Amino acid sequence: MKDLALHILDILQNSVTAGASLVQLSIEEKPSADKYIVRISDNGKGMSEEMLQQVTDPFFTTRNTRKVGLGLPLLKQNAERTGGSLQIISKQGKGTEVTATFIYSHIDRLPTGDIPGILALTASSYTEIEFIYKHQTPEGIFVFDTTEIKETLEGVPISNPQVIAFMKDFIRDNLAAIKAS
Amino acid sequence: MTKITSLADLRRIKSDVEVKMNLRERSESPESMVQIRVAMATCGIASGAKIVMDYLVNELDKRNIPAVVTQTGCMGYCYAEPTIEVTRPGQQPIVFGYVDSKKADQIIEKYIKNGELLEGIIPVNYENIEGK
Repeated sequence: MKDLALHILDILQNSVTAGASLVQLSIEEKPSADKYIVRISDNGKGMSEEMLQQVTDPFFTTRNTRKVGLGLPLLKQNAERTGGSLQIISKQGKGTEVTATFIYSHIDRLPTGDIPGILALTASSYTEIEFIYKHQTPEGIFVFDTTEIKETLEGVPISNPQVIAFMKDFIRDNLAAIKAS
Repeated sequence: MTKITSLADLRRIKSDVEVKMNLRERSESPESMVQIRVAMATCGIASGAKIVMDYLVNELDKRNIPAVVTQTGCMGYCYAEPTIEVTRPGQQPIVFGYVDSKKADQIIEKYIKNGELLEGIIPVNYENIEGK
């Protein structure tokens, strides 16, 4: 994966496949603690203890279309390359939480990539799922919630191209505003 | 001062889209929309599926082609990623492999607009993605 946003897009797909109705992405930038923490949590079907032990094995997958499952192993590898870690907590019937911790100052920390783009495309694809994105920096916090977007749209589809473009700009502008403050 | 996009902008977009939707409903039924699904598993994402999806969403809108572009999971054609499934109204879905922006442009111009087949079709050995 070229950047962090593509990893997040990949893990969001796991939440969708798990039947989640609410998916939350949280990013915490903590330069003072030298940490960059990405957390994706969902209320999907969760995993058994046995499956949880296997999910970071690249030769384990729940799919029958192929023999490998590389999403979580690649994220783990990239987090560990910076001196960070990957933690997965899951309970069957409750949901899953994936936390990737990167060392903020490490030269191998992946570029952030197009997080506004991947969120807009995912929210527009899975219209029945609510997505919440919280991004915290030392300067402030930004929260994007598709429930608020859908309420404002009053029935206009979130998959409309103009709405997708709006969501990208909305996230991008507000993140930039926080960082500039 | 730089303008920051806000929910007020979304309300304006909503009004604009509603007008267009009303016009469309008078001339076309919802079934007349082209359906495109972009395979967005690890293999697809690493191969550039997000760029392809961005391109399709933007270009179909610019070219005024009513379409719904969504993501889907792995179709099992990891060797041919990025792959997309295109369903023209009233027709069977067709899966295209090795799609990049150039190929996506050809798919729009030749297959979606005119129904012409082009290189890169993955032979059908499944009924649909979920049924595989």
